Amino acid sequence: MARTRYATDRGLIARMGATMFLIGLVFTAFIIVIVWLLTQYSNVSSGGIVFIAVLFGVGISFGSYYWSDKIALTTAGAQLVQPQDGPMAAELHGVIDRLCALADMPKPRVAIAPGDMPNAFATGRSSKVAVVVVTEGLLRRLDRNELEGVLAHEMSHVAHKDVAVMTIASFLGIMAALLVRFAFYSELFGGGGRGGRRGGNDQNTLPVVLVVLLVGVVVYAISFLLIRLLSRYRELSADRSGALLTGQPSALASALVKVTSDIAKIPTRDLRTAEPLNAFYFAPALSATGGRSLSTIFSTHPSLEKRLAALEKISKQLSK
Amino acid sequence: MGLLDVLLGRTKPVPPNLDALFALPSAAITLQAATDFVPTGTGSVSFRAAEGRAFSEIEKDVQDLLSMGEAKSSVEISADSYGFTWLVCTHAADDIEGLVTDLHAVNSSLEAGGFGPQLLCTILGFRDVAGNRLGLVYLYKRGTFYPFAPQAGERRNNATEMQIRGVLGNDLKVEPDLGRWFPVWGAPGL
Repeated sequence: MARTRYATDRGLIARMGATMFLIGLVFTAFIIVIVWLLTQYSNVSSGGIVFIAVLFGVGISFGSYYWSDKIALTTAGAQLVQPQDGPMAAELHGVIDRLCALADMPKPRVAIAPGDMPNAFATGRSSKVAVVVVTEGLLRRLDRNELEGVLAHEMSHVAHKDVAVMTIASFLGIMAALLVRFAFYSELFGGGGRGGRRGGNDQNTLPVVLVVLLVGVVVYAISFLLIRLLSRYRELSADRSGALLTGQPSALASALVKVTSDIAKIPTRDLRTAEPLNAFYFAPALSATGGRSLSTIFSTHPSLEKRLAALEKISKQLSK
Repeated sequence: MGLLDVLLGRTKPVPPNLDALFALPSAAITLQAATDFVPTGTGSVSFRAAEGRAFSEIEKDVQDLLSMGEAKSSVEISADSYGFTWLVCTHAADDIEGLVTDLHAVNSSLEAGGFGPQLLCTILGFRDVAGNRLGLVYLYKRGTFYPFAPQAGERRNNATEMQIRGVLGNDLKVEPDLGRWFPVWGAPGL
């Protein structure tokens, strides 16, 4: 066996594992508390709320997972392209062909989104239906090496099945948010009207719904932060795998600098239209500057400095 | 990729499969017997250069190693517009075995240096009497071959490629997934 230069980043893997463990822990605790509340104070209205929240949560998660490629393509206004569709499309297909052969993975579909904002994202529930989308602005601004780095990053997302992982991780947050919403509505409409007629049960109904609401809020807040943390770790992993695939971490670093510094110059009107897609984008469409400490824990992507430092480490490793 | 790799978001670079290359000489004979295509004596190895001194040193060693050989072979190095490096080896048209040995030496050197995952493909060039070009492309990561028949204007002759697939089915492991028959336009040495 020949020696390998591709050491895994144990620290990153350990932190990611811990984050996922915490999400699982919060989820389990959440279920236990809800089940305990229901068995303790079983009544129809709070049981119904939980049931509907679970139903909607599963529905939303499944839908966003199953149609992730179509939803993202439509939102970004991207068009699938074939190699014959022009020089830009031919170049894009050529780079992706070679990356697929290097990484031994099936070729994803390729789409170009209109717009001058340089960015890229990948989505799709499996590598067979995956789509890699780049904006026209990205194709215009980056040279071939940088483009290759960005595409390798996006294809690592596909290989890591990030859409599936993030959907499952987000399920907890969606559930908690729905529970809060339904508990709140039932408090507004159901609680008052029905409570008046059924005097005896009324004393139980109101606090249970309130407790469900409170639990939901707390779980939602925790899961929100954990999911963001997980998302940042997945980005670092994709940077790493992409850089190792091409053997050019510096090209990816230079693409990152170009993309983020360009984005910071674009006026906010354009930025707002791009916001719903942020979680899948290569670099978020928000300025990297600003309140460092708070914005870091809410962000889906790691800071530019962190990503550059990680890439620099890989570069050093490769030249040893 | 296992479940754990998915969960932890890590992909290991795929190591190349080198030994299948030695099936090429017998495949070339089969091809000559069944079709008009004859080897041109030119073969090329394509790899993605990694940044840094370590890789450039290995690259230089490989070049030295190959040009050290007999006078009847020559080595050229060139880069394509996608940033991939091509080592083009030229031998006499009937010396396919020597050519494949040279190509294999490139692979072994890169792999010994720890850069096996950087290998993309090897192409052996063929040509028929009418001047049509054909390349047998070896994909390192899958250990499979496929035919690539480029025509003018970035189009490929799919009929020829299908015919070659039928001819070589017994000699080589032909890539079963047609979606992986990636074109390599403008490949040096083809």
